[in-house]
Amino acid sequence: MTLPPIPEHLRKHPRLGQWLDIGPDGRIRAHSGKVDIGQGISHALRLLVAEELQLAPAEIHMVSPTTAASPDEAVTSGSLSIQHSGAALRYAAAHLREACRSRYAATCKVPRESVLLENGTFFVEGGRCPAVYSGLVDTAMLDAEVEPRHLAPRDGRPSAFGAMGRTDIESKVFGEFEYIHDLELPGMCHGAVFRPRILQADVDEAAWARLEPELAAIEGVVEVVRDGMLVGVLAEAEHVLSQAGRKVEQANLWRGTAPGPAPHRLAAWLKSQPLDTTVILDREAQAPHAGATRVFRAEYGRAWLQHGSIGLCCAIARWSGAQLHVWSHTQGIFNLRRDLALAFGLPADAVTVRHAEGAGCYGHNGADDVAFDAAWIARRANGRPVRLQWTRQQEMANSPMGCAMAVGIEATVDAAGRVVAWKQEVWSQGHGTRPGRGDAPALLGAWQTAQPAPVTIAVNQPPATGGGSDRNAVPPYAIARVQVLNHRVLAMPQRVSALRSLGAHVNVLAAESTMDEIARSLGRDPLEYRLAQLQDERARDVLHRVARLAGWGTHGDEEGFGRGIGYARYKNTGAWCAVVADLVIEEEVRLRKLSIAADLGLVVHPDGARNQIEGGAIQAASWTLREAADIGPQGIRSDDWESYPVFSFADVPEVEVSLIDRPDMPSLGAGECSAGPTAAAIANAIHDALGVRLRFMPFTADALMAAAQGD
Amino acid sequence: MAAAPIQFTLNRQATSVEVDPDRTLLDVLRNVLGLKATRLGCGLGQCGACTVILDDHAVSSCDTPMWSVAGKSVITLEGLGTREAPHPLQTAFIEEQALQCGWCTSGMLMRAAALLQRDPRPPEADIKAALEGNLCRCGVHNRVVRAVRKACA
Repeated sequence: MTLPPIPEHLRKHPRLGQWLDIGPDGRIRAHSGKVDIGQGISHALRLLVAEELQLAPAEIHMVSPTTAASPDEAVTSGSLSIQHSGAALRYAAAHLREACRSRYAATCKVPRESVLLENGTFFVEGGRCPAVYSGLVDTAMLDAEVEPRHLAPRDGRPSAFGAMGRTDIESKVFGEFEYIHDLELPGMCHGAVFRPRILQADVDEAAWARLEPELAAIEGVVEVVRDGMLVGVLAEAEHVLSQAGRKVEQANLWRGTAPGPAPHRLAAWLKSQPLDTTVILDREAQAPHAGATRVFRAEYGRAWLQHGSIGLCCAIARWSGAQLHVWSHTQGIFNLRRDLALAFGLPADAVTVRHAEGAGCYGHNGADDVAFDAAWIARRANGRPVRLQWTRQQEMANSPMGCAMAVGIEATVDAAGRVVAWKQEVWSQGHGTRPGRGDAPALLGAWQTAQPAPVTIAVNQPPATGGGSDRNAVPPYAIARVQVLNHRVLAMPQRVSALRSLGAHVNVLAAESTMDEIARSLGRDPLEYRLAQLQDERARDVLHRVARLAGWGTHGDEEGFGRGIGYARYKNTGAWCAVVADLVIEEEVRLRKLSIAADLGLVVHPDGARNQIEGGAIQAASWTLREAADIGPQGIRSDDWESYPVFSFADVPEVEVSLIDRPDMPSLGAGECSAGPTAAAIANAIHDALGVRLRFMPFTADALMAAAQGD
Repeated sequence: MAAAPIQFTLNRQATSVEVDPDRTLLDVLRNVLGLKATRLGCGLGQCGACTVILDDHAVSSCDTPMWSVAGKSVITLEGLGTREAPHPLQTAFIEEQALQCGWCTSGMLMRAAALLQRDPRPPEADIKAALEGNLCRCGVHNRVVRAVRKACA
């Protein structure tokens, strides 16, 4: 195997001891900066460390990340944990193993080649002179830089502990698992922060003058705080806060509007805003093509999407003098620390952020914002820890949304039916307002105090690290001339940020719908048409695999049945994934089955990877068929599960996932690769069933009706 | 409202609390009795994360006032099974790895347990219908259905 370059995070944190050491109980401790957000990443990391150390996974203690001790691995996002942290830990574990082998050989005065290792015990033939890791490791060893040469080629060997289930699942099933919401610190009290549903608003001071004494009079309220637009309440018990919430709601405190587009005018609105246009790719044809015959033009898009975790954002904060200690389910402990320090005028090392697990996280949620809220109100708690948990309505109204998008494609086809030119244009707000990246704190509350920080306008990551709205905007096919433009919308009436797969959800829908449309109009099979223009063998393999899985070529004859296919390599650098959707059109789209094939390189934990891919596909199917935020001039109106319905058991199709394990190839993340191909496969299946093409998500019953009537 | 004593059976143990009878069962379970396995998802009875079994019926504890619990039996996840004596649903959820973040799991287990009490061998359609009010955003629905089927096999 050709070794991949030294992982970026190992270059940043080169010392062995930054990744692995020995705990007081003699167990190996593994330190990662990547956090569990429901995906079970610490389990996969534990498995690969155990494999390299040739030690039972249970013997590895995965240290819960904290800014006090963990490597700074930025944000747990972009399906990069297994690629970044996993690669670094694998090198570190291989180094530790071989350093201990050398130490053992020297201590026992035996040739290095004669040292055997089994179940974490070093020994020589006959079992003489056994020694374990904790007896061999010393400070000097841990201070050394990790040398990548210790990682041995795998020679086709699959993951050693791949069959082992997640241990946190057991503790969750027995109700033992402690989420951040369950932590009880001595002396803890409870806080709530109330705010308008738009980023900037005026406070009706007369209404406030009436409200303040009412809040203070509630039994159990300790403190009422006002700071700019923010109203805070501290109470001895959690249930007191819901009384406060009802009073705030009735007070009609905030004045102001943030006008946005009507739902049917989203694309026009995006295009009419100030734009920052960048050329993502402009590849001229090497040779003129022979006779372009047809041009296919269409525009695709989606509405704003809501995060919609089933749990609520929660944080605990405690001040000790000028030291701030925060417990958070943030995706980026160091990024949050940096922006909390900015917001409260502290040096970064005065803030400690300790990760504690929350409910499922699918992009930038409100975890960072609620941490600010807790820290902000904890300043009035005289050193007591304050637990602050958003309500469902606050969760839905305050969490950053996934961006509305419009994507235009113009594809030119020559006489032989090949695509010879492709232009893709993307209109979208940037897909990131995450903290930790700018000069001012990117934390909702910090924009709403009496001395507000400027609102951070949403940006995209550079294309080299995956882009944002332009993610997967470059088509994967062998096309001579390709031009891709990204128009970043510079208006942000409501907050947006990263949602699972970023722009790939719409860009892949657009590209794969276009390929399907061309194939069908040429009378070509959509699968064969794609294969004819894909040179990447691993892309071709996932398409062949999914075709076998779904029985491509056989077709249900049930009335209203449709089948469609979608493919993408996530970010064009990550996992390869192809999806076939089977559905039936009734009064609305009923998804029957999603067949999915994916290539993730070396698969560390196959069931965990399948779980991620399946879950990603089901979530994307919900976005594609069901979801659009309802936004009015005063902010988000869809603030519960009735006004923002998501897929339920009745909606969820059968899902079959097949992984192509490539043990000699670097591991790739699984969480986001299925989103775009799922949306595209559904759109193409709807066309197969009805002969009409839906291009703007969500594909609801109303959208079907309108398309069928030729609106 | 003033605190008042309320007697009920919690996980098969006689229990008494002195609380405002308008407080919710979920709040009292978590914040008075220290049983944290029941989870708050919406506070509106819409998502099922806080499901417990109240006198053989699966209910949302987030919108069940304490006064309505008096004299009744409440079973939470803490009373479903243990590592030593797991409920078949717990064994099946572990075998099927039927969760990701686990936030909805407690409610799913309690809803499914109430169903199996009523009907030990429900057809798949009934399992899905029973769980319709339990939302999951991670997308483990199919694993949950497989686990419930396995538990009653």
